[in-house]
Amino acid sequence: MANMVRRHTTSARLWRTGLYTLLIVAALVYLLPLVVMLLTSLKPLDDIRAGGLLSLPSTISFEAWSKAWGSACTGMRCNGMSGYFLNSIAIVVPAVAISSFVGALNGYVLTKWRFRGANLCFALLLFGCFVPFQVVLMPMARTLGWLGLASSTSGLVLVHVVYGIAFTTLFFRNYYVSIPDEMIAAAKLDGAGFWRIFWRILLPVSGPIITVTVIWQFTQIWNDFLFGVSFAGFDSQPVTVALNNMVNTSTGVKEYNVDMAAAMIAALPTLVVYVLAGKYFVRGLTAGSVKG
Amino acid sequence: MSALNIRHVNKTFGSTQVLKDISLAIDSGEFLILVGPSGCGKSTLMNTIAGLEPVTSGEIRIGDDDVTWHTPSERDIAMVFQSYALYPSMNVRQNISFGLEMRKMPKAQREEAVSRVAELLKITPLLDRKPSQLSGGQRQRVAMGRALAREPQIYLFDEPLSNLDAKLRVEMRTEIKKLHQRLGTTIVYVTHDQIEAMTLADRIAVMRDGEILQLGTPHEVYNDPVDMFVAGFMGSPSMNFLPVTLVSHASGYALQVHDEEQGGTALTLPWPVERDTQELSARVGERLILGLRPEHFLEDDAIQEASGEGARLEVTATVVEPTGADTLLQAWLGGSEVTTRLGPKSRVVAGDRVVLRADLSRAVLFDEKTQRRLA
Amino acid sequence: MPSNVSAPASGERRHRRSLAGHIERVLPRLVIAPSLGVALFFVYGYMLWTFLLSLTNSRMLPQYDFVGFAQYARLFANERWHVAATNLVVFGGLFIVSCLVIGLLLAIFLDQRIRQEGTLRTIYLYPMALSLIVTGVVWRWLLNPGLGIQAMVRGWGFEDFTFNWLVDSDMAIYTLVIAAVWQASGFVMALFLAGLRSIDDSLFQAAALDGASLPRIYTRIVLPSLRPVVFSAVMILAHIAIKSFDLVMALTGGGPGYATDLPATFMYAHTFTRGQIGLGSASAIMMLCGVLAILVPYLYSELRGQRHG
Repeated sequence: MANMVRRHTTSARLWRTGLYTLLIVAALVYLLPLVVMLLTSLKPLDDIRAGGLLSLPSTISFEAWSKAWGSACTGMRCNGMSGYFLNSIAIVVPAVAISSFVGALNGYVLTKWRFRGANLCFALLLFGCFVPFQVVLMPMARTLGWLGLASSTSGLVLVHVVYGIAFTTLFFRNYYVSIPDEMIAAAKLDGAGFWRIFWRILLPVSGPIITVTVIWQFTQIWNDFLFGVSFAGFDSQPVTVALNNMVNTSTGVKEYNVDMAAAMIAALPTLVVYVLAGKYFVRGLTAGSVKG
Repeated sequence: MSALNIRHVNKTFGSTQVLKDISLAIDSGEFLILVGPSGCGKSTLMNTIAGLEPVTSGEIRIGDDDVTWHTPSERDIAMVFQSYALYPSMNVRQNISFGLEMRKMPKAQREEAVSRVAELLKITPLLDRKPSQLSGGQRQRVAMGRALAREPQIYLFDEPLSNLDAKLRVEMRTEIKKLHQRLGTTIVYVTHDQIEAMTLADRIAVMRDGEILQLGTPHEVYNDPVDMFVAGFMGSPSMNFLPVTLVSHASGYALQVHDEEQGGTALTLPWPVERDTQELSARVGERLILGLRPEHFLEDDAIQEASGEGARLEVTATVVEPTGADTLLQAWLGGSEVTTRLGPKSRVVAGDRVVLRADLSRAVLFDEKTQRRLA
Repeated sequence: MPSNVSAPASGERRHRRSLAGHIERVLPRLVIAPSLGVALFFVYGYMLWTFLLSLTNSRMLPQYDFVGFAQYARLFANERWHVAATNLVVFGGLFIVSCLVIGLLLAIFLDQRIRQEGTLRTIYLYPMALSLIVTGVVWRWLLNPGLGIQAMVRGWGFEDFTFNWLVDSDMAIYTLVIAAVWQASGFVMALFLAGLRSIDDSLFQAAALDGASLPRIYTRIVLPSLRPVVFSAVMILAHIAIKSFDLVMALTGGGPGYATDLPATFMYAHTFTRGQIGLGSASAIMMLCGVLAILVPYLYSELRGQRHG
């Protein structure tokens, strides 16, 4: 036994030092792009031209940030990211709210008011999680045109709600399955009906899954590019599309610090959510992808 | 008039029939227990009474009303669940008054009802706590309080004590019995625990495979079981079953206990003359099953006065289990191992030769094939 | 009174359901109906619609003069589609394998009672919260030969160092792999870590008492029990790879030339900018087939596993 303990202390110390070194180096590699992005966004353009990806800025300047926010050019226009940032908010807020609410109701029905064909119904809905969106782009573009929603914010809200329901339903269903049916039976015997059970019994215990779903939907919709670039007009472009346009604008001097500031602006909302509620973010990722 | 009347209820899930033509009437104020092994349909029957599952055919009446197709909330029923099913987001007070609120009872009356049942169940200090802050026993009381506050026509209890530890279970059992005696409520109670069934019930319905095998008072079910299943299910330790052959003997009959190992007859037990029936005469020479409960064996020197009665038999104790209140002894009799219950004073240890007497006046006989009771 | 007890015909009873009973029966279906309708139209209907378009000669605008499978023949004769499909295999294969290896190693290392495990986990996983457009923009900057990593290393004195994959049409596809692995490997790590944590500790203790060394415990006991996690990780990563669009648009724009085209960018370019809706639809259907080719065996084994378990 003593022998074993000794072996533990000598060779294991080496192993643990190596382990920590490896993990820390890996962490630095993962952090590098974010650090570079932040440093570059704070540098004057001259610093950048002088080279040194990781060198600290000679003077910290928020000029690039204010330009990216208010006056940088995306394609033809030079109003910065602010308008597109607001567009993204105008798309995200209603789309997240509606898709989460519908998902909660669907999950409630599919677990607590099971009817014949409920499983088939769930399977049909679930496939929406897997369909490659390229298959729906052209028909959706036509439909939005007919509905008079082409190039509009409402059109994008509709698109995100339609293709978000599959995920939100999955989340809520998997959560509500774990809530005992006896609780619902008790409420029925107590005299509560369909809606009262939902509002008074189920929703008050849904805090965690609402958080998971809202964060998931928020990240998905905020980060969306495909729907934005396919269906948005000039006035309704989300921030991701604007960022891509700005970076690809080839007129004039290439202002890398402004590009990086714009990228930071586009990334900040989801990063903040991730830092504040990482636990729920991870839960959404794993729940949304591991189990069907 | 019956408080609850179940007529020819059938229930099928897909191709399996879980309730087979169940008919049952319960009087007002009666305590009925549905007992049986898991999967016997007792919980399904309870759920159909509550309206949580529709019947496939048949009729359910509460009082004068046909409620077969009423929703759970339209039936005047309250239920206590195995998991208690308290609403986790509400405190105890809200849990108890939720049903009253749903039935649009004015606030003042609701508060009165809550304090009434809280006092009855001694949970007044807990009223502002959430269910997560309560112990198992306290949750159980709150669940009962929620049912009692409603004052429904019928109470359903679905294995309400099986999540409690042994000591608490006995306490709550007594408490439920007291409550029933005091309030005179009509109760249908599901359990798989035959001791709960024996101690609580006015009447017991023993179920198996979707059928009620026997419906009767605890005394009837225990002493006059209709078949081997009921006989074996009720009572702990279980009734001993011995394969025997019925023979004519002197003026009456006797039972030859088979020796399964060496063949032949291990011993012969005389059948009490007063229990001769017409039916037995037709069965002479047939193999039957003799049912003897553990307490039907007596240690020979423990009974001086009744020493002439019963059949004397000598066995070797294989296992001795003193429980304190009495001593359980296992021994080989013929080819079967039998369990006997001896008095607490017994000093038998494993390996001893013990002389026992089997009290055949309370023994039962079954047909070997149909397992139905013969005598 | 035996006549009282006889069973009434069950059929007539069904009509006795109360109003509330009827509502309770119908309401749940009514609530789910809109979602089901939406799925039927916007998912299944659109799949059919796109399939129909792929059978037509549609160019700038959808039209319905059917030409059979001519667009598929054109697609498979198309050099650019071949590049895109080959790229998907290369990109997808490297992306999946790299993510699995890195994710698994990080998870195993993190599972050794590491101090600050939470911080490290947060760092490995944060890229997953970013938009792929942001990822593309950042890596485009890092991989820029004139000002990025190449310039930085040269600045340290290694004058001959070259890392110009972004502008090299043979190597540009690997820049996509690097950026995508950076983004998704932390997520795979999280999956594996969850899988490792669900393994009973007593398994480790029992194996250690049996005299198994740590690497042996991992290869013989832990890895086999992680097989379902590997399975679902592969499935998710393959799905991400097939749908990859944003990253290509932001990092390489499909270039140089069309060297880094993927099916998703091919589809978008032909449908929306090159006025080849028929051909674009055919490529979209091929993508759907790709997803189904992964999904169907996965679901099959999942369902079978459930039945056996």
